[in-house]
Amino acid sequence: MIVSKKDLPNFLDKLISEYQVFAPVRKDTFTVFKQICSGKDAVLAAGNTKLPVKELFFPQSEKLYSYSVTEAGAKLEATLDDQQKIVFGVRPCDAKSLVLLDHVFNNDKYQDPYYLTRRENTILVGIGCNSPASTCFCTSVNGGPFDTNGLDILLVDTGDAYVVEVVSDKGKALAEKAGFAAASDADQAAAAKAKEDAVVTCQVNLDGLKAKLDVNFYDPIWDKIHEKCLGCGACTYLCPTCHCFDIVDDAVDCNGCRVRNWDSCAFPLFTLHGSGHNPRTSNKERYRNRIMHKFKYFVDNNNEIACVGCGRCIKNCPVNMDIRVVLEDVRGSEARLDS
Amino acid sequence: MQKLAAQIKDAAKKLLEDKKVDLVVGFAEGSLPLRGTPLFARTPEEAEKLTWSRGCENNLANYLRKREGKVAVVAKGCDARSIVALVKENQINRDNLYIIGVPCTGMIDRKKVEKLLEGREVLAIEDIGDAVVLKGKDFSETVALADLMHNSCLDCRYGNPVLYDELVGELLPEKGEDDFAEIKAFEAKTTAERRAYLAQEFSKCIRCYACRNACPVCYCTECFVDCTTPEWIGKSAADVQDNILFQAVRVFHSAGRCADCGACERACPMGINLRLLTRKLVKDVKELFNAEAGVNLDDKAALASFTADDPEPFLVKE
Repeated sequence: MIVSKKDLPNFLDKLISEYQVFAPVRKDTFTVFKQICSGKDAVLAAGNTKLPVKELFFPQSEKLYSYSVTEAGAKLEATLDDQQKIVFGVRPCDAKSLVLLDHVFNNDKYQDPYYLTRRENTILVGIGCNSPASTCFCTSVNGGPFDTNGLDILLVDTGDAYVVEVVSDKGKALAEKAGFAAASDADQAAAAKAKEDAVVTCQVNLDGLKAKLDVNFYDPIWDKIHEKCLGCGACTYLCPTCHCFDIVDDAVDCNGCRVRNWDSCAFPLFTLHGSGHNPRTSNKERYRNRIMHKFKYFVDNNNEIACVGCGRCIKNCPVNMDIRVVLEDVRGSEARLDS
Repeated sequence: MQKLAAQIKDAAKKLLEDKKVDLVVGFAEGSLPLRGTPLFARTPEEAEKLTWSRGCENNLANYLRKREGKVAVVAKGCDARSIVALVKENQINRDNLYIIGVPCTGMIDRKKVEKLLEGREVLAIEDIGDAVVLKGKDFSETVALADLMHNSCLDCRYGNPVLYDELVGELLPEKGEDDFAEIKAFEAKTTAERRAYLAQEFSKCIRCYACRNACPVCYCTECFVDCTTPEWIGKSAADVQDNILFQAVRVFHSAGRCADCGACERACPMGINLRLLTRKLVKDVKELFNAEAGVNLDDKAALASFTADDPEPFLVKE
């Protein structure tokens, strides 16, 4: 199937009448996912959005429920966001991040109703990356510029049109409803060519990294690696897979709501105990946790690396703390594997 | 620039070889086009990586507070002013700090580069004196340096370090007074316009605290935003009022201490115009107390001193 770029705004306008449609829109020098009211507002050609797609499923600040206490007793009110949504223009790395987050919010021990309700009611329409950026390394972390993992539909930019690839049943139903024209052999060939031409130039060698992280918790390398890190949360908040959160009560007298906010392991408050003790006393332990969580603990728990190679942390770190360089330093360190 | 880089390297290596210092904090070449990244060199070999370019934008004073041992730092104008401010606040022991001063003609703002290129990715930036060449996959554009410099560098009157033990390169000619034109323009707006502008800017804030952490004078052991008992401020980034409150308190706390280095704005991943607030206070402090932060070791901090001839127009209206 195929949809021409000219017809795309009309197609989106039709969807808007039926769904909440989110797409990348321009904001200053970057793009962010926002609900759009007009198909014209979607900006698909600008590479990755500044903030990752996770915020649509796991918002930075989310009201879990409100409560009030009166003489008659306590009242709780929870609202689940069960709107039918389409997220349009998701890059394959971001789509994969949701597959990873599914492990966290939907597992044997816990199913998060807020996240899951949104996931179940959302169709993800992705767009492949014809020109991966120099900071992209998706192919090093089991992804790719046209990877369909997590998507319902993938669009392949062929110049004047998008070739539509149906990935899931949800995607199939949407494509049928949209009534896209059939793609010709030439269109298919153009899509294949676009995929072939899209080269991810940056490769990050992860060979032996996990084995090293398994044993190097006390390695002196950590004393050096964190040194320039400012301990801010820019990398965490712009990361599509970082998912740690903090729950607080926003209350005045007997009325309030319980709110879930993104948290960051870079912050001093992150593991501060009620007793005043903090097992991660300095930036060293905090930065180590960031690397360990993504490349060891998450692998131990879910058999997947919690990094999709989107490059946002690389581009946005205030001191150019480049995760590719950090991983290479860790890998190259002389950790004693037998210790 | 290459000459400066070589001189910095030589100075640092000598200091380490002669065991005059245990550590040199400077810049190494980073992983992105024309991007310097902070380097901590403890041996002459490590000092080989030191460099200097228009991408050395971080304020290294941030790494010098409460350091053990003898430390040397590569300091451009704004770093030196922050160092002076921190020495006066007893955060840096001047006797244990060796300053390699570098006169600075300005650093390049990557956000301006991004804006100019409208989505095209820059793969290399070549510095050719008063212009830079931006190179990408299918393009090469020459842009005047002034169009790509950080606003803080365009406004800067202290490119020459105010304090140093050794100077690398030549001192630059002095510049005229800062006219605070954009602050005056903002002050001339109505309250509603100002409120609307701030609300729009701070709707972008994600509360990552990069501004706070990049700021050399933001060093409270416990920041008021992190305090939970009592909770001074909401933790949610969804509340624009809280985002503004966070920044307003931060800026007031740095009044008379802020050297207008722009580290906060440079660090902000969301491109918020933070210097609008910091510079408003810099301007106020200058007008009200005739003071500037970190320009010499003798002046007392504006808000920590009292003299009978303070202008104090806000206090005594005649």
